Amino acid sequence: MPAAEGTAPLAVILDQAGLDGLLTAIRAKGWRTIGPRVADDAVIYDEIETVADLPMGVGDEQKGGYYRLKARGDQALFGYTSGAQGWKRVLYPPRQKLFSAKRTASGFTIDPMAQPDAPLALIGVRACEMAAINVQAKVFGDKDFADPGYQGRLKGALIVAVECTRAGDTCFCDSMGTGPEVGTGYDIKLVEMVGKAGVTYVATAATDKGAKLLKAAKGKPAAEADLAAAAKAVKAAAKQSRKMETATSAKLKDVPEHARWDQVAARCMTCGNCTMVCPTCFCTTVEDVTDLKGDHAERWRKWDSCFTVDFSYIHGGAIRTEVRSRYRQWITHKLSTWHDQFGQAGCVGCGRCITWCPVGIDITEEVAAIHDSTKGRK
Amino acid sequence: MTAVPRDPMLPVLFRIEKVRRDLSDTFTMELVPEAGGEFSFKPGQFNMLYVFGVGEIPISISGDPGDRSVLVHTTRAVGAVSSALDSLKAGDQIGVRGPYGTAWPIESAYGQDVVFVAGGVGLAPLRPAIYHAMNNRERYGKVMVLYGARTPEDILFKKELERWRGRFDMDVLVTVDRATGKWSGNVGVVTNLVARGGFDPLHTTAFVCGPEVMMRYGASALEKKGVARDTIWISMERNMKCGVGLCGHCQWGSHFVCKDGPVFRYDSVADLFQVREL
Amino acid sequence: MVKPDDLGKIIDEHPFFQGIDDTLRALLVGCAANERYEAGQFLFREGQEAAKFYLVRAGTVAVEIDVPGKQPIVIETIGEGEVAGWSWIVEPYRSTFDARAIGLVRAISFDGKCLRKKMAADPALGYEVLRRFVPMMAHRLSSARLQMLDLYGPSAKPEKVKKAKVKAAGKTKGTNRSPAARLAKAAKKSKKDS
Repeated sequence: MPAAEGTAPLAVILDQAGLDGLLTAIRAKGWRTIGPRVADDAVIYDEIETVADLPMGVGDEQKGGYYRLKARGDQALFGYTSGAQGWKRVLYPPRQKLFSAKRTASGFTIDPMAQPDAPLALIGVRACEMAAINVQAKVFGDKDFADPGYQGRLKGALIVAVECTRAGDTCFCDSMGTGPEVGTGYDIKLVEMVGKAGVTYVATAATDKGAKLLKAAKGKPAAEADLAAAAKAVKAAAKQSRKMETATSAKLKDVPEHARWDQVAARCMTCGNCTMVCPTCFCTTVEDVTDLKGDHAERWRKWDSCFTVDFSYIHGGAIRTEVRSRYRQWITHKLSTWHDQFGQAGCVGCGRCITWCPVGIDITEEVAAIHDSTKGRK
Repeated sequence: MTAVPRDPMLPVLFRIEKVRRDLSDTFTMELVPEAGGEFSFKPGQFNMLYVFGVGEIPISISGDPGDRSVLVHTTRAVGAVSSALDSLKAGDQIGVRGPYGTAWPIESAYGQDVVFVAGGVGLAPLRPAIYHAMNNRERYGKVMVLYGARTPEDILFKKELERWRGRFDMDVLVTVDRATGKWSGNVGVVTNLVARGGFDPLHTTAFVCGPEVMMRYGASALEKKGVARDTIWISMERNMKCGVGLCGHCQWGSHFVCKDGPVFRYDSVADLFQVREL
Repeated sequence: MVKPDDLGKIIDEHPFFQGIDDTLRALLVGCAANERYEAGQFLFREGQEAAKFYLVRAGTVAVEIDVPGKQPIVIETIGEGEVAGWSWIVEPYRSTFDARAIGLVRAISFDGKCLRKKMAADPALGYEVLRRFVPMMAHRLSSARLQMLDLYGPSAKPEKVKKAKVKAAGKTKGTNRSPAARLAKAAKKSKKDS
């Protein structure tokens, strides 16, 4: 959005030392900094302290059922496309204690969860990931029954977004309308410029707290030329090899008996990887645990996947016993019924479900197959 | 700063005042909030009931919506939590979250004939609506309860049904799938009772509750009699872990059964009934 | 004695032939009779000639199967406004079930032979009668199918792998490690102690 005359957003140029200064300033204000780092041959989002923790010179190669890190031969800190998992791990952790309960002489008592931890600073949020955070904010933001955990963590969070300057092979944010440019919701946005003279960052603040932190980082003001170069770099990420047929995908709920469901069911192993890496999948189950004496009980909320048979169990049996119905449920919900529920698609085009599918099932390809078969039909 | 909103996943403690055995596997509990106060709900809504250390299940409320002093639940013991609930007695505590979900639009039927079609334990979620109709009897045309049970021994709320049948302003027809003992009443499925009519189809609102198959055939029997789809209501059942639209389990097409349902207008879901494993 | 005029009126009032053409109704009346059955009396018996069918005007008829050594099984009950008997229209015209009056039953009966003859002679009557019988038979069939499902029965247990029976303690190698065996041993011991 162009800023009004005279109130141009604060934009500065930082080198990597300046970026480190920004991290220090953020941590000094009490935020827990979570950002990309390399672990187990993948880029993950985890606790970081300094720029030294970031994946310097690390790129990645992603395609259907394939993920490999590779050296870029430069000093880029954000040279990968997207981490193995999104920010849902920190904003809506895989295991959350709901409450604990203790048996008493007259029954039992319920102790709600302790107060939340230190607020989070999310460093390196991509366009698709920013979109996913906003999608989940809607899911957990029901007017009557919002999830206070997610809302609280998001409200307290500082978001430092990073623009993509290249798209991965599994990316399709452009067709989903969620990228490649970062949308709303961030406090600071970085564009990493890798040049002969080294790596610099065009940093823009979108909120007051972002501006304050940028000032503390002491960068030099960005010139018109810097901003223009950054904008141009971002455009390059729009070159994407995959594309979602969104008109067809939004109507998947109308084709529950399509032959393609059997076709994909023959390949799908119902492992649930796609639901675990998906940054918007929000389904959970609950687990009750007790100590051996049975005097102390806890309820835990855990991520769940609609690909398990148990997911739809009602007394007597499960509703979705066949693979075709479980895959259909996942993709139809993600792309089609999500519109009815939350006014938008549940997919942000990050491509993780393609990368992490052990058999390389491609969500865009499945929709394209249905698109082709229904073309010309009204 | 406003206070942090209460976590919808946190139960409130209730004490069991009374337990009554309805059938060999079905029982009714009367509960009062441990902290005092009242409990109000709309007919058709449900609560999540938590048994210490065992888990939580959605159970619809079966009491009189006009009586806020006590919360009544009728449960059939079919799984781990419902069986654990079955083992509790008066004086024990359970956790309650709710009331959740949509209600039978019983007030929208004012001035009309109202037909309750129930199958098996499906009579329990309809009972609050039947109470409402009886408490406001003058506002309705005919009031009919058509109930199908497995055998005469499986008839839920038998004494109450007999009492209702004794009223001059209410028609209560009961049928069983299988006659046993000295049963001299109707034998056959509950849709047969619908087929016999006795209501004015053009001015009838029908509330149908029972196993999904029974609701499907019950609704189509009503349609055959001339009752319009948009005046037929059903109550769905799906796996629920949260009851408030956060866990994703109960999705049925675009609907979260927990918050968009459990009560649906038949015309809005008739197509979904036709899709297998949805 | 009910006069034919009255019979026509009664036929007209019963839902089954409601709205039938006057001339066709007059043909029906010629085969009809007013009947009354006391509680326990049979309207027809399995295996016997299906001489008639009945429009039930009042009371309830149980359609049942006799089971030697047991109470007869009631398959369905037919009430006011419904029809009992369709075997008169299906060769070899023998009843397939028993039909017993549960209480006092009043009905209009129709002589099968008489009506079949008239239907053969007058296809318009034949069509009209069949047009009303076929949906009734379809309804009975689908009801019977639903009834077969045992919809309200205890839900089928989820398929579980049956646990292998714990072998008798002492005969297995891992006696001490088996919790069942340990419990059994403890129980034995406590019995001895007491």
